[in-house]
Amino acid sequence: MHIIDRRLNPGGKSLANRQRFLRRAKALVQRAVRESFKDRSIKDLDRGGEISIVRDGVHEPTLRGSGTGGDRDYVLPGNKKYVEGDTIPRPIGGGSGGIGPDAGTGSGEDEFRFMLTKEEYLSLFLDDLELPDLAKRRLTSTESQGQHRAGYTTSGSPANLSVIRTMRNSLSRRIALKRPRPEEIARIDEEIAKLELLGDAEAEGLVALRKERDRLVARNRRISYIDPIDLRYRRNEPTPKPVAQAVMFCLMDVSGSMTEHMKDLAKRFFALLHLFLTRYYRHVDIVFIRHTDLAEEVDEETFFYSQETGGTMVSTALEEMLTIVSKRYDPNEWNIYVAQASDGDNMQYDNPKAASLMADSIIPLSQYVAYLEVGREEDPMPSGSVPRRSDLWQTYEGIAQANGRLAMRKVWHRRDIYPVFRELFHRREARQPGTQV
Amino acid sequence: MSARRGQLLFEGQDWDFDTIQRIYDSVSRVAEKDLKLDTYPNQIEVITGEQMLDAYSSIGMPLFYKHWSFGKQFVHNELLYRKGVSTLSYEMVINSNPCISYIMEENSATMQTLVIAHAAFGHNHFFKNNYLFKQWTDAEGILDYLEFAKGYVTSCEERYGQAAVERLLDAAHALQRQGVHRSPRRQRLDLKAEERRETERHLNQEQIYNDLWRTLPRPRNSAGPAPIDRRQALLDLPQENILYFLEKTAPRLEPWQREILRIIRLISQYFYPQPQTKVMNEGAATYIHHRIMTALHDRGELSDGAYLEFLHSHTNVVYQPMFDSPHYGGLNPYALGLAVFEDIARICMEPTEEDREWFPDIAGSRDPDEVLKDVWANYRDESFLGQFVSPRLIRKWRMFNLADRVDEPALEVDAIHDERGYRKIRRALARQHDVGWRDPDIQVVDVDLAGDRHLILQHNVVSGVLLAAADADSVLQHLADLWSYDVVLREVDPGSGKVLKEHRASPKHPHSTSASRP
Repeated sequence: MHIIDRRLNPGGKSLANRQRFLRRAKALVQRAVRESFKDRSIKDLDRGGEISIVRDGVHEPTLRGSGTGGDRDYVLPGNKKYVEGDTIPRPIGGGSGGIGPDAGTGSGEDEFRFMLTKEEYLSLFLDDLELPDLAKRRLTSTESQGQHRAGYTTSGSPANLSVIRTMRNSLSRRIALKRPRPEEIARIDEEIAKLELLGDAEAEGLVALRKERDRLVARNRRISYIDPIDLRYRRNEPTPKPVAQAVMFCLMDVSGSMTEHMKDLAKRFFALLHLFLTRYYRHVDIVFIRHTDLAEEVDEETFFYSQETGGTMVSTALEEMLTIVSKRYDPNEWNIYVAQASDGDNMQYDNPKAASLMADSIIPLSQYVAYLEVGREEDPMPSGSVPRRSDLWQTYEGIAQANGRLAMRKVWHRRDIYPVFRELFHRREARQPGTQV
Repeated sequence: MSARRGQLLFEGQDWDFDTIQRIYDSVSRVAEKDLKLDTYPNQIEVITGEQMLDAYSSIGMPLFYKHWSFGKQFVHNELLYRKGVSTLSYEMVINSNPCISYIMEENSATMQTLVIAHAAFGHNHFFKNNYLFKQWTDAEGILDYLEFAKGYVTSCEERYGQAAVERLLDAAHALQRQGVHRSPRRQRLDLKAEERRETERHLNQEQIYNDLWRTLPRPRNSAGPAPIDRRQALLDLPQENILYFLEKTAPRLEPWQREILRIIRLISQYFYPQPQTKVMNEGAATYIHHRIMTALHDRGELSDGAYLEFLHSHTNVVYQPMFDSPHYGGLNPYALGLAVFEDIARICMEPTEEDREWFPDIAGSRDPDEVLKDVWANYRDESFLGQFVSPRLIRKWRMFNLADRVDEPALEVDAIHDERGYRKIRRALARQHDVGWRDPDIQVVDVDLAGDRHLILQHNVVSGVLLAAADADSVLQHLADLWSYDVVLREVDPGSGKVLKEHRASPKHPHSTSASRP
């Protein structure tokens, strides 16, 4: 009998089959994932979870008897009161249902439920989206240096010595120069010893052998086993790596005109953007800046839940952001993303200032700026009518047309968030080259 | 059984590999000395829960080709397990030589003892000795064959693309149940047998020779057999093994496609005995583990606590809810099998008058082990239940038969546990476990060779149960794609020959050569 411990075998034997299943049901699963977004709170957006798809989509048909019709017999245990000839009304639901041994198999359940891991969930959720201008063109010198193997050199540190290459060179050199092998010398030694035993120390053969031996030993010494010429070292080449960190600025108007509903919309958008960025960057910072007619950096809780009163001056937030960038986030080292949410109100006289800040300062140093205008849930949207364009919208519109890095959308309802998000980040076939930093 | 007080095999829950070895030695002593079981050599593999989930989705086999349906199985089981709806089984055993038993690392020492007794000896003995397994499965070769199958499918995927192979596997899986030979086929005669038969025939001819026959007028048209007979003989029809038929005769499949059909067919054949012997197999293993555990306890090798832990899990396994209980989910094969085997042992040892009348061959034979071993070797569920369910057991379980007739407005209690009902119940019970009744009888009956080559199948409808229509149509579509011409499936009432229903399918995306070549 053998006992074998299989516990340490590599796991994930079913992974390939699991991926095939997901690929097979991709359309269904993707739809289910996107629908499940509606019911999820932002906090567990990026968790895996249970989803259900239509069973028919992954059904494996077989030739089997139908569950209904025909004459059937069931042997059942536990008779308490029946005698032969008793009748029992057919259970409702037709046919045999309920008591038959086949009850519950085959039909009935029309949903197939299973768990997705976090990675699977996200990749299905964010499938076919991509970040515009993913990496900075200018690279920082220190942290982002990577090493990768690039052939062999003749010099280097002992730690990088490639033994295999070195020995291969050594061997070919020894063969080419006919370095005598130790066995050869040993064989001659043996013969010499044999002849010496015979006693005739000056025999002709013995002399010749000694001479030969000396020649071999000398040659052996001359041609070294490993010569400096054989040495080979693994060569590593420094490679610049794209900056793998990003900072995301969330700007939001928190003046009295912003309702809870609008903030919720904004929050959802920010959450999606954050989720999306974390897929591409190893490290993502978030900075929350709220503003009325004054702007300040706050933590997340305050950002979303505390109420402020005051007028609305967008430029204060933009200025605050620029200050923070200059203090903490060098645009050369950080990929900067800006998401601004507002109901579109702004002081009339502030508009030119905001526009120039946006166009001249913020856009050039950011990867991407998204402006999201949130509307009241009950906002009338009769089809055909042109919605009133807000101050801020008009201000930004000109910039957006001139520059591809600013994108703006308006949303009214929670269900629009994801489509708008998808629209913004949808994978484009050919992108316009952005302006050089 | 010796009454020697032994050393405790283990104390507490924990085990290590020495404990397993000790347990195994002890269990095998009981199994071989007392029960005289005949088993394949054992190989015991300790696995984790996750690996058990993996094993579930490849039908327990340690290696299997890749297909999305196994992934589907996997995610489904994973969800059930994660949510705590179902627990993983304690073991899994493979009918191979050596016999591989997987045991879970989470099991306590008592459970490992139980599992070794159950799987490594109970199932193992059954696999090695039951005639169905002997006849249909090749325990020596299965693992090598699966390895070949996996490699072959992978190489086909590399050469012809994953999509093409997946589609073929889908089709083959749909027909998997129709990919088995249900009875042994005629063996080709070797030369010697042929010669012997020839001489016998000749002899017979000489013996019955009568010159009078010569004077009879010859029939006018003796142009050989009718065309349908000839066609059927040529194509080896009717044929119930549809995959076999396709592999050999489908006109436009490529060699690799035939090979894959063959792989699915052989694997399906390998598993064919399992559902036919579910009750016996589980019942035998349960009976054996119960005997072994009790023996170990009697010898003092299991502590009382461990024995109680065993009994707790044992009673859970053999729990049979009554039909009106909300937990009722059909007859529990473990419970039913065990009950019948224990009953047989009782009949051998202390038969009643009734038993002597019902089971004259075994009643009072006083050698239950031999009788049981004979039963394990020579029966399958259907014949076993049909012959060994005793009136006493029917009374004990208070079984009754419920008849559901299509033209009656209500269900009728057809038989209960009384003198008139025993045989009826037993017959119905046997039938319920008979693959011949459970699986639809579908055969390839004809091919329209002269016309448009459409393939004709026939479903011989038993007691009015038609095929599940939606499924039948999708399977037929797969079949048409494999055959590359039209396919007709007629559901026929065998008594009257009336066609009850007809399904048709035309190939949409045939697997044939022309379509897949650029």
